[in-house]
Amino acid sequence: MSEAPAVPRTESADRTDLLLTPPVPRAGWRVLPARVAAMCAVELQKLRHDRTELYTRAVQPALWLLIFGQTFTRIRAIPTGGIPYVDYLAPGIIAQSAMFIAIFYGIQIIWERDAGILNKLLVTPTPRSALITGKAFAAGVKSLIQAVVVIVIAALLGVALTWNPLKLLGVAAAVVLASAFFSCLSMTIAGIVLSRDRLMGFGQAITMPLFFGSNALYPVSIMPGWLQAVSKANPLSYQVDALRGLLLGTPAHLGADFGVLAVAAALGIAAASSLLGRLAR
Amino acid sequence: MTSDTPAPPAEAVTCTRLAYAFGDTRAVDELDLAVREGEVFGLLGPNGAGKTTAIRCITTLLPVPAGMVRVFGHDTAKERMAVRRLLGYVPQQLSADSGLTGRENVALFARVFDVPRRERAERVAQALAAVGLADAADRLAGTYSGGMVRRLELAQALVSAPRLLILDEPTIGLDPIARTGVWEHINAVRAATGMTVLVTTHYMDEADQYCDRVGLMHRGRVRALGTPAELRHGLAERRGTDTLPTLEDVFRDVAGSGLDSGGGFRDVRSTRRTAHRVG
Repeated sequence: MSEAPAVPRTESADRTDLLLTPPVPRAGWRVLPARVAAMCAVELQKLRHDRTELYTRAVQPALWLLIFGQTFTRIRAIPTGGIPYVDYLAPGIIAQSAMFIAIFYGIQIIWERDAGILNKLLVTPTPRSALITGKAFAAGVKSLIQAVVVIVIAALLGVALTWNPLKLLGVAAAVVLASAFFSCLSMTIAGIVLSRDRLMGFGQAITMPLFFGSNALYPVSIMPGWLQAVSKANPLSYQVDALRGLLLGTPAHLGADFGVLAVAAALGIAAASSLLGRLAR
Repeated sequence: MTSDTPAPPAEAVTCTRLAYAFGDTRAVDELDLAVREGEVFGLLGPNGAGKTTAIRCITTLLPVPAGMVRVFGHDTAKERMAVRRLLGYVPQQLSADSGLTGRENVALFARVFDVPRRERAERVAQALAAVGLADAADRLAGTYSGGMVRRLELAQALVSAPRLLILDEPTIGLDPIARTGVWEHINAVRAATGMTVLVTTHYMDEADQYCDRVGLMHRGRVRALGTPAELRHGLAERRGTDTLPTLEDVFRDVAGSGLDSGGGFRDVRSTRRTAHRVG
């Protein structure tokens, strides 16, 4: 790698002229997209250097689809509206694996706090909300790559998914928005508990209720009343509903789904931004 | 250091009765401080003297009321973004991201300081070359030695052409050769750019050698201020001795007997953690 630097060394080895002139600041609305792009770029660079996480995180969704999906397809115990259970399950598992990545994103921000990286970013001309939005979308990008892996696994298992590029774009939007919300939920908890171990505990405690209290595994209609109420307040349900509608063509409420996901992400960003100062102290 | 010019030198940092408390502990207690433009100013003191807290107030990390801290005339409470644009900051921990290459680490800071795309690669390369990391730029920072990480952090801070470089214990835990290397790069960069440098350290010998002026901090306040030579000669005069005392002697004189009481568990732990990562 070091044989081919991006810029010829002879040009910059002795020059420092650019280090004397401060860059012209971006202003207004252009700050936010620039910071989001910067954070997403970092996330992609890290994934390029170390893909281990990508592979290890593919194991669990593969097992859900292979074992749970195949078995329940045979049992036919869950009303799926006439489609094989593994097809019905696939969007739920895409949403679940994306959520699992996002819900532990707060651990990364605590690690960055301990390493001094967060403090250094907070001393740059980046409003806290822009930093959190950047992190949230970076988590979304990470989840999106994970979603692609699960979609490929599902396709290999014979799930009849759409290949309509517009609908796939909608899938990407739903995954990114939901991951932005769950990562902000995680960063909000990080801002409250302030330690990695406590955050791990909280993450473990809420992931399964979120997963089982959603329509990822079974339709809302067969849930007991109290669980239906939980599911109604659970953004994961709206994500799964959107993914199912887009990928399988089942009846969905796309307008409401995307509305809820966008509002949830915005609220998450606001909550996590307001607590970021506690991590800096 | 002073000259006969009519106007007094502009101030890079002005702290006016700066106070910050954690619960009942007054970490910084009515600190008055003026760092002149273009100088290397050393804030010295033992663990727990309040150096890092003062730095965190100046860098806008800790919120303080208006009127307490100004950076080149900008109030840190009212003009936070304007202050941050003038700062390059290297925290006490080794804060480079080990999962990114040296070049990517610097490029991130070029991006968040709004360096336009067309000059980003060149500016990043110049910053890396300025700290002697051009050859190692495409290796992961996780493979760097402690001294290299410090120089990488320096490059991260330099890429936005700051007017004030703030370094919190930049040589903590480094071996003597790496320490000299870091200081040589700080000096070279300052000579090339004319930026102001505010550095904290508890290595008195380094401060004596590299700082234009020092402030000796103890229990949240600056107890003595001047060039290292002024402080040392001043103590020699007061004691009436011929042998010139060291800066450490000056510090013991200023701090009195309370020297060992400073430095809570948290400071020591944080110092050890950094030393561990460096070592």
